[in-house]
Amino acid sequence: MNSEQIIFYILSFWFVASSLAMIFSRNAVKAVLFLVLAFFSAASIWILLEAEFLAITLILVYVGAVMVLFLFVIKMLNIDKSTLRAKFTGYLSLGLIVAAIIVAEMSLVLGTNQFGLDVFSSPARHGADYSNITVLAMQLYTTYVYPFELAAVLLLIAIIAAITLVHRNETSRKKQSISEQVNVQAKDRVRLVSITLPNKEGK
Amino acid sequence: MELWQAFVQMVHTLIPWLDGTVANILIILIKAIVLVMPLMLVVAYFTYAERKVIGYMQLRIGPNRVGPKGWLQPIADALKLMTKEIIFPTKANIYLFLLAPVLAITPAIAVWAVIPFDEGIYVTNLDISLLYVLAIGSIGVYGIILAGWASNSKYPLLGALRSASLLVSYEIVIGFALVTVVMIAGSVNLNTIVQAQQGGIAHWYFIPLFPMMIIFFISALVETNRAPFDVVEGESEIVGGTHIEYSGMTFAVFFLAEYANMILMATLAVVMFFGGWHSPFEGIPYLQAVFAWVPGIIWLLAKTSFFMFLYLWVRATFPRFRYDQIMHLSWKVFLPITIIWIFVVALMTQFQLAPWF
Repeated sequence: MNSEQIIFYILSFWFVASSLAMIFSRNAVKAVLFLVLAFFSAASIWILLEAEFLAITLILVYVGAVMVLFLFVIKMLNIDKSTLRAKFTGYLSLGLIVAAIIVAEMSLVLGTNQFGLDVFSSPARHGADYSNITVLAMQLYTTYVYPFELAAVLLLIAIIAAITLVHRNETSRKKQSISEQVNVQAKDRVRLVSITLPNKEGK
Repeated sequence: MELWQAFVQMVHTLIPWLDGTVANILIILIKAIVLVMPLMLVVAYFTYAERKVIGYMQLRIGPNRVGPKGWLQPIADALKLMTKEIIFPTKANIYLFLLAPVLAITPAIAVWAVIPFDEGIYVTNLDISLLYVLAIGSIGVYGIILAGWASNSKYPLLGALRSASLLVSYEIVIGFALVTVVMIAGSVNLNTIVQAQQGGIAHWYFIPLFPMMIIFFISALVETNRAPFDVVEGESEIVGGTHIEYSGMTFAVFFLAEYANMILMATLAVVMFFGGWHSPFEGIPYLQAVFAWVPGIIWLLAKTSFFMFLYLWVRATFPRFRYDQIMHLSWKVFLPITIIWIFVVALMTQFQLAPWF
């Protein structure tokens, strides 16, 4: 066993262990953290495959942004564990059927008859001057430039749709105009009035 | 360099296990220690410099009791924090409570692995080092979020909420600002970016990317939770934010992470916009010869120190922003400017604007 295999098995062990821990963890915040660990292990395995751009993107997008927002929402939730457990047996039979179907489908699609070593040979090792990101960028911006831009436009549509859904009742919302607040002058807010004080007789 | 090569050779011959993998790991560890030890010392004396500089700006003297002119003050502070009791809140989640400071300091130190200090002086020359900096830097927010959640206390939770939304917003701005640097340099390797700025001040990227440089510096203030954007701590509003329940060494680790991040952001600003290790006198006939003996790392450290001083200057000068104003600044002011500047840089590339292309 060479050093690369040792590293691969350590990382795979962490990947599987953290994924299982994520599912079996009772605490939602801990589950998110185990998912983060699983992402890190996956990214490390990709680095072993010389796909460092994908690995760093996985960390940048999923760990750095998506999971942060996840955590942001989860820690605001007030989860009542007893109601969750009460429905557990009711959903169990349906859940088991869905899980069995998914496992069967995955093993058919991702099994050794599709991705085995006789179908896919092990990837060739590149020299030290091989730049994964340059090769990827050349492919993405020449051969696949139209699908790439199409995907970008799709994401843009999704963003615009989400924002429009939130901003439907534009007129009924209260909001502050920061530039107005910053540019306010003393004479707009304070009115100085001169008062003649009455003397002791009340005049 | 020859000495270092000989040392690497010696380690490899002494420890030949697993085709030299063990020796490689040992060499990486030695490099990491050589990097982290001075970094921690700089962090310690940066806190001293902060108190002194802000002291003089506010017409005070600052720390002057421990050692000559107070030079031993950071050592005394470190000793005090190490010997203090660590208090755990009764209802805190103890594992996550202790994990939070670790998650804060690890990325703050790990990012330094790809920073080039001089021609050929770095821990690792990663081909995607800029993306690595952004990715690992974005993990630091977990430390703050977890600290806020695991403390099981209301002010830390508020601080963590503010921090999460601020950091995610400003990461986008920093990402867009650095895209313009990548467009000019044509590489995401920090070494290549610095090498592309060779040839004197006129070649440094702060001239074509001046608005991006300003935006990067302001966003760096937000990312490191510094005044005037320190709403995460916000003493006058939420007592001390995420740090309230932390005492002794657990607090010190957060403190170290914050200052290591500040120094990192100052170094990144120099590497991206101010020519990294290049001398400012390059290309000037007489001065270039006079300053030829100065090693590149001195120039890098000198420029970095200036940016570190800017952090302190800003803190002593501006009052704290309101939370919604910071969000407004990010999404409605900085983001449009960065997107417009990406098109401006694209035009510069199209017309091959000298001397940057």
